Amino acid sequence: MPGQRSRNAGVPGSRRGSLPGDPGWGTLLWRPLRLVALVYLALLGTGGLAGVWVPAAAQDAAAPVASEVFSPAPEGHIPPPELPLDFSVVDTPSDDGSSLTLRWDPDQVMQTLGVATIAALTFARRAVEETEFLPVGRARVRDGEFRDAGLESGVAYIYRIGLEDEDGLLRNTAASAPLVPQANFFRTHRTNALILVLLMFGLVVGFILAARKGIDLFIRRIAGLDAIAEAVGRATEMGRKILYIPGIISVNEPQTLASLGILGYVAKLTARYGTKLEVPNIDPLTMAAAREIVKQSYLEEGTPEAFNEDMIHYITQDQFAYAAAVNGIMVRDRPAAIFLLGWFAAESLLLSETGQSVGAIQIAGTAQVTQLPFFVAACDYTMLGEELFAASAYLSKDPLILGSIKGQDMVKAVILVAIVVGVIMVSAGVPGFADLFSAL
Amino acid sequence: MKRQIPIMLAIIASVCPVIAFFFPDRWINEWFNQRLDAWMVIIASFALLLGIVSMIQVNIHKIRRRARGWGFSIIILVTFTLMAAFGLFGGQGERADGSLYPFTWMFQFVFSPLQATMFSLLAFYVASASYRAFRVRNVEATLLLIGALIIMVGRIPLGTLIHPLVPDIAEWVMKFPNTAAQRGIIIGAALGAASMSVRVMVGIERPYMGKS
Repeated sequence: MPGQRSRNAGVPGSRRGSLPGDPGWGTLLWRPLRLVALVYLALLGTGGLAGVWVPAAAQDAAAPVASEVFSPAPEGHIPPPELPLDFSVVDTPSDDGSSLTLRWDPDQVMQTLGVATIAALTFARRAVEETEFLPVGRARVRDGEFRDAGLESGVAYIYRIGLEDEDGLLRNTAASAPLVPQANFFRTHRTNALILVLLMFGLVVGFILAARKGIDLFIRRIAGLDAIAEAVGRATEMGRKILYIPGIISVNEPQTLASLGILGYVAKLTARYGTKLEVPNIDPLTMAAAREIVKQSYLEEGTPEAFNEDMIHYITQDQFAYAAAVNGIMVRDRPAAIFLLGWFAAESLLLSETGQSVGAIQIAGTAQVTQLPFFVAACDYTMLGEELFAASAYLSKDPLILGSIKGQDMVKAVILVAIVVGVIMVSAGVPGFADLFSAL
Repeated sequence: MKRQIPIMLAIIASVCPVIAFFFPDRWINEWFNQRLDAWMVIIASFALLLGIVSMIQVNIHKIRRRARGWGFSIIILVTFTLMAAFGLFGGQGERADGSLYPFTWMFQFVFSPLQATMFSLLAFYVASASYRAFRVRNVEATLLLIGALIIMVGRIPLGTLIHPLVPDIAEWVMKFPNTAAQRGIIIGAALGAASMSVRVMVGIERPYMGKS
């Protein structure tokens, strides 16, 4: 069951009631008794004769070495006293039944054991039917929690926590009670995300349906997209090529998809005016999609003969090798217009500065906040975040796509209201509201 | 059918991870997340062959036409062939005597330094871009210059020497106006991406099949 707990008995002084370094009365009495028993068993096992042979080391009953020689335990020594650490094992909520979570109170651990917050705890686990504990991971005391993943469903597990003391001696807690991980149907901590997704989906689909009915939808002017025709016109007049860079991530990235939408529009313009277009790619899947889009655009413009597969080509999957190759193309061919639209990382400035140095008109767009300042500094027009995603609606004027943009704006309005209300609530000291938007 | 099957596949592939995000069932996770990811890797591997063919074709055409910079195309083809041969037939990693196999040697002592060189060039590009951005041309550029000066001076010991409050002002600029602007862009971009995903999911926008 979710939240099922099993608390171990590893409290200070429990069971043996001993301290580190203090073997205790029970241990002192047990050592010689165990030695005698082991010597007797060893002699029986070797067909023990009268005049009995006793190993030299075993003659000193108190010597720990003797006990090591004859101990059947693989470690060969008496285990150190239990670690007095209180911890609990609970079923991980909202998971698929493949993990259990161990929890402890960092303050209690630090006070009881006198260790630092960064001291490393080690975790060991065994299934009930197994005999040996296997190490499963480490965590710092201050973490307060450790999630053990990859467990088998329906199997009961037992845990213990270990901590190395200053002398490097590993002490373990008592074993926890067995617990079976349970699968959950729904990730309840993601309820707020589900509500937002349904709201978004409902509004977007609602506005798409409204657009179908012919309701006029307004979308504000986006300078970067208006400048595309200007850039293509400039390249046509100068008789130079256009370089289109669709980012460095594959087609599973929405920014790349948005960029490919704009590429279709640019390709139509280049097909119409007979301008050269080059699309160097870092990703082969993006290259394949870009080829189809450009080919389709040339077909739609009635100039399929002007399309050449080499226009859209692959370079390499390495980020900086790609940047070097594209910079080389810029410097050699001096394109009149450069489009940098999609997902970019550190190569953004390498590309845009080189484009600036060759005098090209540059239109950039990305949702990568860290790269936007570079584009703003080096490019003529920059589309910030959502403007890139709105491009296909803006350029195509397709009412269905415009409807989705309107739906997105409505969700943004809802979020803005929530932010304002949240600021007021938190400032007024009203608890609870901010928690509704806590990490998903 | 030629049009409908890819749209159906795209809808299924885009809806499945959303379901897996909310429902932790093992079967759903395995089929809707892990297997789709594995298939993506397999498809990408085949697409890589397509990319390699494209790269070879483009560079051979360049050499044939003696296009500008065709010498670089020879270097690309030679190094590509060498690395592929070393990787496929020459072994990888370290030999028993501690020496490196040619592929690993080329990677460590040719490829990695070249990567590092490209990355370190960024410092010079930042300098030139900053110079251009901070030129006082209008009100916005002036504000940018003032903001940049406060941040840069506030992050070095000189800032404290000028006035003890300078580092605090720099910290305030980073923490409040800068973070607020960034969050605005992030929220807008996230909603834009979500809206784009919905359009792909319902098949309105399908750039993956040549329809922009």
